[in-house]
Amino acid sequence: MNLYTLRDLSKRYSRGGEAVTIFEGLNMQIAQGDFIAIMGPSGSGKTTLLNMLGGIDRPSSGTIECQGERIDNLSEARLSKWRAAHVGFIFQFYNLMPTLNAAQNVELPLLLTKLSPKQRKEHIATALDIVGISDRAKHYPRQLSGGQQQRVAIARAIVSDPKVLLCDEPTGDLDRVSADSVLEMLQLLNSKLNKTIIMVTHDPAAAKYARRELRLDKGRFIEQESAQ
Amino acid sequence: MNDLTLMWKNLFRKKTRAILLLISIMIAFFIYAALFTMNGALNAGVQSAKANRLVTVNSINFTVSLPFAYYNRVKSVEGVVDAAHASWFGGYYKEPVNQFQTFATDPEAYLNVYPELITSPEERAAFINTRDCLAVGRELATMNQISLGDRIPVMSNIFSKQDGSRSWEFEVCAIMDYEPETGRDVPANFALMHYDYYNEALAFNRDMLGWIVILTEDVSVNDAVSRTIDEMFANSPYETETSTEAAFGEAFLSQLGNIGLMLSLVVGAAFVTILMIVGTTMVLAINERIKEIAVFKTLGFPAPRIFRMVMGESLLLCFFGGFLGIAAAQGAITLINPVMKNVLGELSISWDAMGYGALLMLGLSLITGLLPAFSAMNVRIVTAFGKH
Repeated sequence: MNLYTLRDLSKRYSRGGEAVTIFEGLNMQIAQGDFIAIMGPSGSGKTTLLNMLGGIDRPSSGTIECQGERIDNLSEARLSKWRAAHVGFIFQFYNLMPTLNAAQNVELPLLLTKLSPKQRKEHIATALDIVGISDRAKHYPRQLSGGQQQRVAIARAIVSDPKVLLCDEPTGDLDRVSADSVLEMLQLLNSKLNKTIIMVTHDPAAAKYARRELRLDKGRFIEQESAQ
Repeated sequence: MNDLTLMWKNLFRKKTRAILLLISIMIAFFIYAALFTMNGALNAGVQSAKANRLVTVNSINFTVSLPFAYYNRVKSVEGVVDAAHASWFGGYYKEPVNQFQTFATDPEAYLNVYPELITSPEERAAFINTRDCLAVGRELATMNQISLGDRIPVMSNIFSKQDGSRSWEFEVCAIMDYEPETGRDVPANFALMHYDYYNEALAFNRDMLGWIVILTEDVSVNDAVSRTIDEMFANSPYETETSTEAAFGEAFLSQLGNIGLMLSLVVGAAFVTILMIVGTTMVLAINERIKEIAVFKTLGFPAPRIFRMVMGESLLLCFFGGFLGIAAAQGAITLINPVMKNVLGELSISWDAMGYGALLMLGLSLITGLLPAFSAMNVRIVTAFGKH
């Protein structure tokens, strides 16, 4: 079953009065439960594509459907709701709130739900447990290592149980050991919890953890291989 | 955790900056509350003045006396229902710093002209009939722990007696209050003595009086009565000026300067300064957090909620700092009350001051919060991430 369907997708922008095309006529389908690694040279539009899949950027033309619903033409208010309900984001630099401890960072997406404080606590405990960082719940980001911060970020991304996780260079700021640990975590979320994961990465070793790798080059996808 | 927690944590993310901001807002509201209270105390008499009560004073100014003979002539003017004279005694009790406002007057006439000044019938009779009786206002008596029947000396820092002493001995035989229904919001913080008892002992300035208070038939005859009185004494060595009680009160206050204007200027200057400091700091603080705001939006926080959260920070800052300032002003007023109580009565921050203060806090937070709140609400996620 397809989760995403991209039709004739283009993205252009103006730089110094000159029109720049990032990609044009992109077509793609992403199945529910897939784990895709998107690779490609800098400026090929990987992050732009990820942003569009997450509803934080809009295509210049073409359509994006998620579970049959077009998201490219939703209003800002409806896109916010859609993001909160369907997507979890994992960033390269974690983007945790420095004033909040790990548990509070994980709680943020739940503030958009109607869960009671008690239910929220239960969800937070589960999410922190899944990423194996329950013992750091009261620690602030500055008190955590890069790997631990990324685990908190993953807990924040999964706490509201979204269908899809969008990861932008999730291991780009981590050493190999921490990176492998985070990637194994993503693999687990994909295989055990059936989360659809779309990951942008420069790192071929990271891409190996995905079910399939796509290379975005000169505005076209080249499917490389099934990693797993 | 809720939005309030988030606002609070964001506000205090840089503690030194937040504390300095709070202190600056606190100082502005301290100045506001202290001056508002002082102004209110000074104007209380003016606001509660009776429309058909006039005051005749020496045209030079109210500190220059008038001959006692004027009193009877004023009483006979058409349109005058009653009149009383009063003279400033300039008293103190025990210590010169302990001011004890005392007026020498005709007790019966004075109580008739000021019907809102009440005492029991027995005490009223005792005051009228006892030459060395002192009628003391409730607040003044309480502050100085004076009770009915006490014999007390009151010293004048202006007048002396023929024997060289400055002390007049009294028996406290009446305690006065203001009738609550009159709405007269001033403390009874003065005392009254018999003019005769004061006058017969004077070493100088005998048979002179300070001013005459006149009760007219109606407000409509005020102008005619004033004109008649002032014309009656025109070209004499002691020309008079007659005005309404409210105008007299205002003239008295104007000796101190235009309090209202001073209040507006000082508070205005303080607030414009605070506005600039808080406004600039809020804009900078939001700019520093632009990426975090983008994260909130990415997580699905809608723009109006982001707007409310930033406005909320501004509201928290201004209300927290503002009420701290008002509380500090109340503390300072409590400290100076022992020194000022005999002059201005027991001072306290009024509900009016709190209410207007809250409006100022609201205004300040709206002005300083709107711009950063709008810019936070309109943050473009992709641009914000791109910037950093």
